[in-house]
Amino acid sequence: MAIEANGKVFETDEEGYLVTLADWEPVVAEEMAKEDDLELTDEHWDIINFLREYYEEYQIAPAVRVLTKAVGKKLGKEKGNSKYLYGLFPYGPGKQACRFAGLPKPTGCI
Amino acid sequence: MAKAKFETPELSEFVDVPNIEEGAMAHTTCFVAKPEHQEPLGFPGEKVDDWHDRAIEKMGDLLSRYRSFRVYLDSCVKCGSCTDKCHYFLGTKDPKNMPVGRQDLLRKVYRRYFTFAGKYFPKLVGAADLTEEVLDDWYSYFHQCSQCRRCSVFCPYGIDTAEISMAAREIMAQVGVGQKYCNEIIAKVFKIGNNLGLPGPALADTLEGLEEDVYDEDEVAVKYPLDVKGADILLVTPSADFFAEPHVDGLIGYGKVFHEAGVSWTLSTTASEAANFGMFIGSYENMRRISLRVREAALELGVKRIVFGECGHAWRVAYSFLNTLAGPFDFLDPDYPVPQHICEFTWNEIQQGTLELDKSENDDKTLTFHDSCNVARATRMGDTPGGQFDIPRNVIKAVCNNFYDMEWDTIHERTFCCGGGGGLLTDDLMEIRVKGALPRMTALQNVMNEKGVTHMAAICAICKSQFTKVLPYYGMDMYQIVSVHQLVSDAIVLNRKTPPEEAPGYGEDDDD
Repeated sequence: MAIEANGKVFETDEEGYLVTLADWEPVVAEEMAKEDDLELTDEHWDIINFLREYYEEYQIAPAVRVLTKAVGKKLGKEKGNSKYLYGLFPYGPGKQACRFAGLPKPTGCI
Repeated sequence: MAKAKFETPELSEFVDVPNIEEGAMAHTTCFVAKPEHQEPLGFPGEKVDDWHDRAIEKMGDLLSRYRSFRVYLDSCVKCGSCTDKCHYFLGTKDPKNMPVGRQDLLRKVYRRYFTFAGKYFPKLVGAADLTEEVLDDWYSYFHQCSQCRRCSVFCPYGIDTAEISMAAREIMAQVGVGQKYCNEIIAKVFKIGNNLGLPGPALADTLEGLEEDVYDEDEVAVKYPLDVKGADILLVTPSADFFAEPHVDGLIGYGKVFHEAGVSWTLSTTASEAANFGMFIGSYENMRRISLRVREAALELGVKRIVFGECGHAWRVAYSFLNTLAGPFDFLDPDYPVPQHICEFTWNEIQQGTLELDKSENDDKTLTFHDSCNVARATRMGDTPGGQFDIPRNVIKAVCNNFYDMEWDTIHERTFCCGGGGGLLTDDLMEIRVKGALPRMTALQNVMNEKGVTHMAAICAICKSQFTKVLPYYGMDMYQIVSVHQLVSDAIVLNRKTPPEEAPGYGEDDDD
């Protein structure tokens, strides 16, 4: 499977995750969101950018609580909870937002 | 991403035994493991050319290793007792999801190659050759079994379909047709230390965050220690406890209990996973290799006790198999059970009166408890029969004023699987997960209607994640599922105050 945008082909795996993290460009997130019937707003991008920064440092997506805390600090306490994140990413911040951000799928009992 | 293309069963007061629909779930399959998921586990990277002969050879090997396997294949008398006991049959109507139907997929091949009658008169005894079609059927239907063992409770011979499923998966993995979900995860455990692939620095950062959160709320410096040599207790917990909700709320609770009990404890980077998916794929070798990490961590850290967090199948591996897989544990303190369940630990402390609990903190909830299959039907807790049922309930009742059980034939040893156990907790199996949750959702809805229950507690990471995902399909709220130690965490009064210098970030510049 693949996503085509900006005249390039971005290879994805059978579950829709980007195969090569380094290939990621913002347009990948936009195309993936379109397939999920979502339009990306600044609020979405805040999350996507945080995921990418965290991954860069720790080689893993942040735990839900780490993410909600970071969001709470940046955008205000009322947004620092998983309900806010599920509102943005209905399929779950861990899986849908990670996919948009080009991160590998979190695995395990989650 | 694939959208749901199936109908969620409708809830009614009872789960009726459905009329069968042949092949209703034949389209269901899950992603096959790639070479990078197979090879680290000692399996061939992809389907081997001589898969047929190797599969039969492996079946013979398993028959020679496990007497139980042969007895289960030989002893079924087709009495029909199991037919309406599987949540996947009740939710899908597919007769191959009847336990006996599932067993027969393997039994017919066993008869053909390993019994006199099957070798010479196959048609008379329902024996069949192992063909591509049969292998495809195995792959589909042995990944529609959560190895929950409910059927075995009702079988007059005690035939355990879980063991047959495990054997089938082991045979398939050995010929190069493994399941991606399980095998990718096991490979991560070997490479990084846990199912999530959470490296040490991320784990340390996450735990530090928890210390800050608890301090912000209670102004007590509860510690979540990592790799502390000389601690008394090694806590082994599913890595979902670090990562997901409501799991992490349970982990916060374990820490508060240890704090108030005044014991020293630690987590381990190398054994940062209680789960053992080696059991799901029926691979003794992989199950053993995963278990050995617990032993190595315990020895390296010099602990005296091992306590397991809220994880269903981990408790089965720990309680039933750990000693033979990774023992002897003669270096641990013989005054304590090896290993001990966190609920057992907390219940002991409650009985000794070391914990002050304010039940009214949970007065906004009315609870019920979901018995997780592996805990209910494959283990025990404490030193009395049925402790695995009573102890978690005792803990809940000690921290909550409002508790009601679901109907008697859906709890204790008759509990229904959440629908996502046994290596099925993957998005590519969402249809079977949703449909298989039907009996549990029905019982939950009934106790909500009749008793005003608002929340369901569980002690298994898979159950918690599965319900979070599946509850909304049935019109319920994902936040209705909670960890048992989340309830403890909310009720516990932190009386062991800590000096300010123990607070997270003490002495560092605070520029917030």
